[in-house]
Amino acid sequence: MDYFAQQLINGLVLGSIYGLIAIGYTMVYGIVGMINFAHGDVFMIGGFIALITFLILISFGLTAIPLILLVVLLVSMAITALYGWTIERIAYRPLRHSFRLAPMLSAIGMSFVLTNYSQVAQGARVKPIPPFITGGYTLHESPDGFVIQLSNIQIMVVVTTIVLLAIFTWLVSSTRLGRDMRACEQDQTMAALLGVNVDRTISMTFVIGAALAAVAGLMYLLYYGLVDFFMGFVAGIKAFTAAVLGGIGSLPGAMLGGLAIGLIETFWSAYFSVEYKDVAAFSILIVVLIFMPTGLLGRPEVEKV
Amino acid sequence: MTAPSTHTAKPATGISALLKTAFVNALIALVLFSLMVGIRTEAGSDGQLTYWTRFGELASLVVAVFGGSIVIELLRQWIGPTGAEKLVPPAVQSGVSLLGRYVAPALLIFTVLVPVIFYNQRYILDLAILVLTYVMLGWGLNVVVGLAGLLDLGYVAFYAVGAYSYGLLATNFGWSFWICLPLAGILAAFWGVLLGFPVLRLRGDYLAIVTLAFGEIIRLVIINWQDLTGGPNGVSGIPRPSFFGIPLDNSDDGLAARLGIEYSATHRIVFLFYLILALALLTNWVTIRLRRLPIGRAWEALREDEVACRALGINTTTTKLTAFATGAMFGGFAGAFFATRQGFISPESFTFQESALVLAIVVLGGMGSQLGVALAALAMIGGFELFRGLENYRMLVFGMSMVLIMIWRPRGLVGHRAPTVYLTKAKAISSDLVKEGHG
Repeated sequence: MDYFAQQLINGLVLGSIYGLIAIGYTMVYGIVGMINFAHGDVFMIGGFIALITFLILISFGLTAIPLILLVVLLVSMAITALYGWTIERIAYRPLRHSFRLAPMLSAIGMSFVLTNYSQVAQGARVKPIPPFITGGYTLHESPDGFVIQLSNIQIMVVVTTIVLLAIFTWLVSSTRLGRDMRACEQDQTMAALLGVNVDRTISMTFVIGAALAAVAGLMYLLYYGLVDFFMGFVAGIKAFTAAVLGGIGSLPGAMLGGLAIGLIETFWSAYFSVEYKDVAAFSILIVVLIFMPTGLLGRPEVEKV
Repeated sequence: MTAPSTHTAKPATGISALLKTAFVNALIALVLFSLMVGIRTEAGSDGQLTYWTRFGELASLVVAVFGGSIVIELLRQWIGPTGAEKLVPPAVQSGVSLLGRYVAPALLIFTVLVPVIFYNQRYILDLAILVLTYVMLGWGLNVVVGLAGLLDLGYVAFYAVGAYSYGLLATNFGWSFWICLPLAGILAAFWGVLLGFPVLRLRGDYLAIVTLAFGEIIRLVIINWQDLTGGPNGVSGIPRPSFFGIPLDNSDDGLAARLGIEYSATHRIVFLFYLILALALLTNWVTIRLRRLPIGRAWEALREDEVACRALGINTTTTKLTAFATGAMFGGFAGAFFATRQGFISPESFTFQESALVLAIVVLGGMGSQLGVALAALAMIGGFELFRGLENYRMLVFGMSMVLIMIWRPRGLVGHRAPTVYLTKAKAISSDLVKEGHG
């Protein structure tokens, strides 16, 4: 039981990270109708930028951990958002009215560019950082010596995710930008006729998605203590699985799907085999797409001629 | 370099606007590259991260972006806002298509003669074999992507199935290459159908992601099922192919001894060359023949419009499954060849990068054009060889070229993907026949 509870905590933390990435997938798919294959790599770039900012701040002699975290968060969100904007501008916008597979192929190319760009720029080796946020709470100690731990970093990941999700939900439901986004999602031509700047709205979608991916990258860095240039690929596919599981186009769905994937992966590793945890995640993707293509909270897609 | 700002008709094309655009681009580049390029991190021997600055590289990149955007902007103004189609005048296009009729036979003759011309150049022979392997893979995938229009990102899975089928059957049971080759094809086709069944209802992007997941699952299973596949260590000691039972080695009953000529290691390379050439041509021939059969027509119809296809009574289930199975079978053949050529296979050869490379060949070649795919394979693998010294940069260039090709010519550099049959001109129907009341 204790083991189960501990895995539940771990799974929720992992799921929060997946959920943050999944929001980027689901928003872009909702508006442009394409799988932003490079989004996993944007997450990786976010992690790298966070790492480098950390290093610089520490070498400047800063010691206040909350201040460092805040600066790192803002810097990595800002720069990664600019990456998202640039990627959309270079690789996707010229293809918006091209044939169906073109944006997907362009996105795959972009994913290669980002992966190898960071390999060339920062080297192939894994980059570890010392743990910044230490300590935690012992929730329960069973007679046989097993303790359920809740570390401060885990609390931070979950709290950050909840706060961001709240801000983001407010953004989509109650601001001008959110209204424009929802309008573009339904009908771009009509939205344009009614004075919505479609290009700008789509750009903002990519910017927000990239900023959230940067947060996920920072959380990943803090939680696992390392980044490497290849981490975006698998994390990206899993986050996409989460977006599909939750119902692509649905924001709460993406978060829910992220949590589900995080929990499934953690429990699979804990009770079955660690080696096959990725196989489990990919199998879920296939099964969900086949039997439940609209996901948990998605709307059924109408087939248009 | 000096754009005459006073004489230009449009106000936005002035030199100040040009410089402003370039300046903004350079500024964006500065922010993008500031941390990723300007700072280099590395883990020291004690596990502690250190960093050093590279402002020189950063500055040169920013300057390159500044200059590059000026050049691109100038080119854009000189060429004008024309599409890619207008870049090539119709006369040249028809000339190219006329030339294209002779390119294929000439290329084929040249390919057949490659071992004769370059007999003593082992490097070129090896490279030619590699190119032909990718030509075959491209042609195989072309059936799925180019003809049937199903975006398959996990094609390498069938390549892996073929390679492991031959590798394991040959090392465990001692079966010969010629028995295993069809078996590898059949097994791969079987897996193709197995993948095909679940994805029948999926379209477009979803299909792509599921095939990608499938390819990754196969790779992960190969890595982790160590009892069968040897895991990350792979399968080694895979027998070399024989000339229909006669080994190509230095022994007394080898081919060289039987023919009474002096043994040379090049014999085997030449044999492998003609083997893959034959396999590739088989793929090409079968594809061309299939295109003329109802099933091939159905593939093309499926690619153009699935809903219309279904409305016309075409069974989309069997159409998709046969496309997957046919493509997978050729992938399996190529895999078996790969295994016998290398003598060693490991999961590292079957990553997503391979799938993307083959897909890029098909897309670059123009999705559906056989000659285009062959030329694209030559360009791609040849390009990779040129960048051999820059191991890390070549995938970067590969990704960039994929994006640029999609922007510049999304229908492929060489080929076209027009259906094999289509109405050449609109049929004029007399207005008497279509008046109200006449149907």
